[in-house]
Amino acid sequence: MSDLRVHKTKYINETKRVSFKYDGKNYFGYEGDTLASALLANGVHLIGRSFKYHRPRGIMTCGSEEPNAICQISDKNDLTEPNVRATELEIYDGLEAFSQNCWPNVKFDIGGINNLISPLIPAGFYYKTFMWPKSFWKKIYEPLIRMSAGLGKSPTEPDPDIYDHKYVHYDVLVIGGGLSGIISAKIAAKSNLKTLLVDDKKTLGGSTIYQSNDSFKIDDQHSSKWLEKEINEISEIENLTVKTRTSIAAYHGYNYLLARENLTDHLSIKDKKDKIRQRLWKIRAKKVIVATGSIERPLVFNNNDRPGILLSNSINKYLDYYGVACGTNIILFTNNDSAYETAISLHKKGIKNLIVDLRKNSQSEIAKQAQNLGIKIYFNHVVTNTFGYRKINSVELMELSDDGNTTIGNKIKLNCDCLGISGGWTPMVHMHTQSGGKLDFKNDDQVFIPKEIDNDQISVGACNGDFDLETIIDKTVNKINIFLEINNQDYKNTKVGCSIEKEKRNIWLLPNKIPLGKTKCFIDFQNDSTAKDIKLALKEGFRSIEHVKRYTTTGMATDQGKLSNMHALGIIADTAGVKMGTLGTTTFRPPFTPLTFGTIVGRNVGKFFEVVRKTSIHDWHVDNKAKFENVGQWKRPWYYPKNGETMHDAVQRESKAARDSAGILDASTLGKIDIQGTDASEFLNRIYTNAWSKLSIGKCRYGLMLNEDGMVYDDGVTTRLAENHYLMTTTTGGAANVLGKLEDYLQTEWPELDVYLTSVTDHYSTASVCGPNSKKIINKIFPELDLNDEDFPHMSFKNTKLDNINCRVMRISFTGELSYEINIESKYGKSLWEKCINAGQEFNITPYGTETMHLLRAEKGFIIVGQDTDGTMTPSDLQMDWIVSKKKYDFIGKRSLYRSDTIREDRKQLVGLLTDDPKEILEEGAQIVSDTNTKPIDMLGHVTSSYFSPNLNKSIALAVVRSGKNMKGQKLIIPMKNKNINVTVSDTIFLDKENKRLNA
Amino acid sequence: MFLINCPFCGERDQSEFSSGGEAHIVRPKQPTELSDDQWAEFLFMRKNIKGVQFERWNHSHGCRKWFNVVRDTSNDKIHSVYKMGEKPPVK
Repeated sequence: MSDLRVHKTKYINETKRVSFKYDGKNYFGYEGDTLASALLANGVHLIGRSFKYHRPRGIMTCGSEEPNAICQISDKNDLTEPNVRATELEIYDGLEAFSQNCWPNVKFDIGGINNLISPLIPAGFYYKTFMWPKSFWKKIYEPLIRMSAGLGKSPTEPDPDIYDHKYVHYDVLVIGGGLSGIISAKIAAKSNLKTLLVDDKKTLGGSTIYQSNDSFKIDDQHSSKWLEKEINEISEIENLTVKTRTSIAAYHGYNYLLARENLTDHLSIKDKKDKIRQRLWKIRAKKVIVATGSIERPLVFNNNDRPGILLSNSINKYLDYYGVACGTNIILFTNNDSAYETAISLHKKGIKNLIVDLRKNSQSEIAKQAQNLGIKIYFNHVVTNTFGYRKINSVELMELSDDGNTTIGNKIKLNCDCLGISGGWTPMVHMHTQSGGKLDFKNDDQVFIPKEIDNDQISVGACNGDFDLETIIDKTVNKINIFLEINNQDYKNTKVGCSIEKEKRNIWLLPNKIPLGKTKCFIDFQNDSTAKDIKLALKEGFRSIEHVKRYTTTGMATDQGKLSNMHALGIIADTAGVKMGTLGTTTFRPPFTPLTFGTIVGRNVGKFFEVVRKTSIHDWHVDNKAKFENVGQWKRPWYYPKNGETMHDAVQRESKAARDSAGILDASTLGKIDIQGTDASEFLNRIYTNAWSKLSIGKCRYGLMLNEDGMVYDDGVTTRLAENHYLMTTTTGGAANVLGKLEDYLQTEWPELDVYLTSVTDHYSTASVCGPNSKKIINKIFPELDLNDEDFPHMSFKNTKLDNINCRVMRISFTGELSYEINIESKYGKSLWEKCINAGQEFNITPYGTETMHLLRAEKGFIIVGQDTDGTMTPSDLQMDWIVSKKKYDFIGKRSLYRSDTIREDRKQLVGLLTDDPKEILEEGAQIVSDTNTKPIDMLGHVTSSYFSPNLNKSIALAVVRSGKNMKGQKLIIPMKNKNINVTVSDTIFLDKENKRLNA
Repeated sequence: MFLINCPFCGERDQSEFSSGGEAHIVRPKQPTELSDDQWAEFLFMRKNIKGVQFERWNHSHGCRKWFNVVRDTSNDKIHSVYKMGEKPPVK
C-alpha cells in the first residue's frame, strides 16, 4: 500500500492488484479503482494540459463532470479512444492511458507558451484574427487551426469491438441509484410495477454510500449503513431490474430514453475478448423518476485551476470510498457546509486540514462539530491566489469586506499540497430539460430546479433542489406516492437526524485586488474560458447567454459545461445587473456524456449497414465479372469489362454490340406495380398525363407522371394485361415512392375508385434483349411465339410459356433498337437469362450494364427522370408536349401546367449539345454560358447527360438551357477550368429519328 | 420519438410512420375552373402553427394506411387520431 492509500474500504479489493500504464510509466492500483483514484494513490495529480493555454491540469472531480482528467486510451489505431474521463474509467490489467493536448510531454509542453502570450488570445480570438487577409485562409490559417483543434486523437481504423442494442418496456424507470433513487425504485417495484433502476457508477448509493458523519443518521445509524441495508433489500425484489455502469445518454419525448451500458470496459484485456463491449438500451417507460443528484460547483478566483485543486466533496469520496488521500496538508475553501464533512473525514484519518469559508459564520451542527475537533476555520475569508506550477504548493487568503465586493486586510499565505473547493451544489437537471422540461430559479441556493411538466415524469432528491437528508427522504416518499398513485407506508416511521445548513453566501466571481485583466479565474476548465472572457463578451455587446457561450466557448467542451454553466450565467447576470432567473440557461442537449459511434450503430456495421437488393440473376453477373452500381438499394451491373478493359472501352464495345447485333440487360430492378379493379383505367387516366381508356388489351403505353405542381415525377411503360388489369413499371429508384403516392391518392382523394395496387417488383425477373438480331434470338427461345410485326408490333405484349413456366413478353424499347422484354417469376430469372445467352451466342449477344443503357437511350434522346430532370421540369420543358393530353378534363398536375410560372418562355428546357470537336466529351453538371466576357457571367444551364457515342462516332450530350427550345443551331460555351469548350445546340434525338430500328 | 396510435394497428413507434403534412386540404374537384391564385392556395399554402395542428400520417412500415392526427406542435402531444373521411374532433 502506498502512503496515500490511508485506509481500507469495502469498495477497493486489496487482494487484487491491477497494473496499468500511464504515459508509458507502470503503476498499479486495486480492483475497484478508477484511473483517477489509482493515479492519486500514486501521488500523480498532473494529468493533462489545458486546451487553449496548455496550462498543467490535474484531476478535479470524481465523476462524469470531470473537465481536466481526460485521456487517450490505448495507442492502437483501431482501439484508441480519446477524451475518456479518468474519473469514470475503472482500471484493468493491461490498461494503457495517455495524457492529451501536450507535446512533447505533459511535464514539458511546448504549447505552454500560449499561457505566456494569453493576453494576445482573448475571447473571440479566432473570429477576430482570421478574418484577413482573405488570401491567408486556405494556405495558412486553416491548416494552423486544424492542427491545434480537437483534444485527443481519433482512431484511424474501424472499431473492432462488438456493440449491441436492446429494446425494453417498463412501467417505471428510475434514473440514478443514490438515496432518493433507491427509495423510489423500491416503492415502485413493491407496488407491483415493473421497474428499471439505472446508475452510471459500478456500485449503487450515490454520495450517501460513503457518508459516515455522526451528524447524518437514519434510524440511528450512519446514513451509509442504512442505505446499504436498503440496497441489499432491493436486490430481492422480483419486479426490479438494476443496471449499474449504465448511463442515460438521451431523454426524448414520450418517455423514450437511450442508455449506454458498459459491459467490458472494466475487464482486463484478456477478459474483454469476444464479448459485447457496450449495449445501447432503448427504453420506453410509462413513468420516469429522475433522481440524478447534484454536482459540486467550483469557486472562481485567480489561478483556480492548478493540479492539486479538487472539488471538496471529491476529496471526500477519494478518501472514504477509495481510501486515497489527495494530499497530506489540505485546505478546504468553501461557501457552504458540505466541505465540513470532508474536513471532519480528513481529520479522523489524521490528515492535516483547515477551512476557509466565505461566510461570516456557520451555526450548523456540523460546523460546531468541526470546531470542537479543533479544525481551524477562517470565516469571512477568500482565497485570492494560488501558487505552484505543476502542483499547488500554497495559497493566499484575504478577508472579505462586509458586502463581499472587495478584499480587506493583509494577505495571509498558507502552505498546502491540495486545495478543496466548494461553491455549493448544482442540481443535475439535464434529464428534465432534455425531455422538454423548463426550469425555475431558486434564489436561496442559487440553483435552477425542474418545473414539473406532466404526469409521466418527476424529479426527486438533490436534482430537484432538495439537499438535506430529511427533506430528501420526506419529499421523495411523498412525491412518489402521489406520482404513482399508490399509498406506500414503508418509510412512515423512518427517523432522520441531520445537520441543517443555516447560513448561505454565494459570490460568482470572487473579489481580488489584482485587476481582472491580469487574473486567470477559470470558469470552463476544459475550454480555458475565464471570467475575463465573459466580461469581454458582454463589453463587446453580447447579451444572450447562447451568444456569450459560443463567443467564449464556455460550456462547449466535451464536458458540456457541467461545472461551468452556472458561473457563466452568474457573472453575466451580475455584470449586466439582471436577475439570474431571467437570463434563462443554455440548452442541455444529448448525449449527457460522449457516446462512441459504435454504441449508436450497434450491429448495423459492415454488410449489415444497409439492406442490399440483388436480382435473381445477380450471381451470373458476378461470375461474368460485372462491375456494379448502386441504384437505391439495388446492385445493378454497371458494365462488364473484358480482358482488363477500362470502363470507357467496355461501354463502347457493349453499345456497339447492342446496335450491331444483340445486347441483353437485366431490367429486373425496374419498379413493377400490379393494378387491378374496375376503375383501373380511370385511375391511370388521372395519374398519367396521357389517355389510357382506349389502350386495347395486349398493348403497352409509355406514361409520364407529374406531381401536383406540374413537374415530372416518374415515367415508365404500362401494359394492359386484361380488361381490368394493368402492369405498371416505374423507374428503379422511384418504385417505392410511386406506390406510396398512388396509395395516397386512392385512400384520401379517390376512395370511391375500385382499384387495388400490389408491388410486384421482386416477384418477376426481366431480361431485356435488344438489337437487330433480337427477334431471331427470341424466336429460338420461344419457337411457338408468332413474332411477325403485324401480329406482335412495337408496344404490345404476349403471354407465353418457357418450359411450362408462364412468361410475359413485351416488345418495348428503351434503347431505340428492336427489343423484347421477358418477364418471368423471379426464381426462374437466372435460367431464363442463361437461355437467352445461349440462344444469342451465335449472334455474339453482349450483356450490357446501366452505363451502356444510359448511352443508348441518350443517342435516342430518351430522358432519365432524376438525371435529365430535377423536380423543376415540366413535360413542355422536356419538349414532350406530345404526351400531355389536351382532351382529358383533369390529371395530377394538369392545372399547374398553365400557371404563369410554368408557361414562361425562358424556363430551362431540354436540348441536345454537340461539341465542335467531336472527340471532346463534356462533363455532366458543367455550366453553360453564351458570353464569358460580361461579368458576372450569365449562367444559362447545365449538362445533364454526356457520352461518346460509338455508333455515331462523336460526343453527344443532353442539357437544360434557358429558353433552349428556340436555340437550335446556336453556339454556346462550356467554361472549364483550363479552357472553354464550344458547343452547338441540337435536337435531343441523335440517332434514328424515323424509328426505323424500332420497327425493324 | 412519439408513440402513435394507428387506428388500424394500435400504438406503434414513430419510426414506423411517415408524416404527410397538414390534413383536410381537399384536392379541388374542378382544378381547371380555378384562377392561378386559387390553385396556388391549394398547391402551396400550408399552416405551420405552434399549437394544435391537424396532420396526415401514414403507417408506411405497417398497414400503409393514411389517417389523421391531432398534434400539439409545441410539445408533440398527440390528442387524437381518426381515420380518413371521419370528422375531425372539435378542439
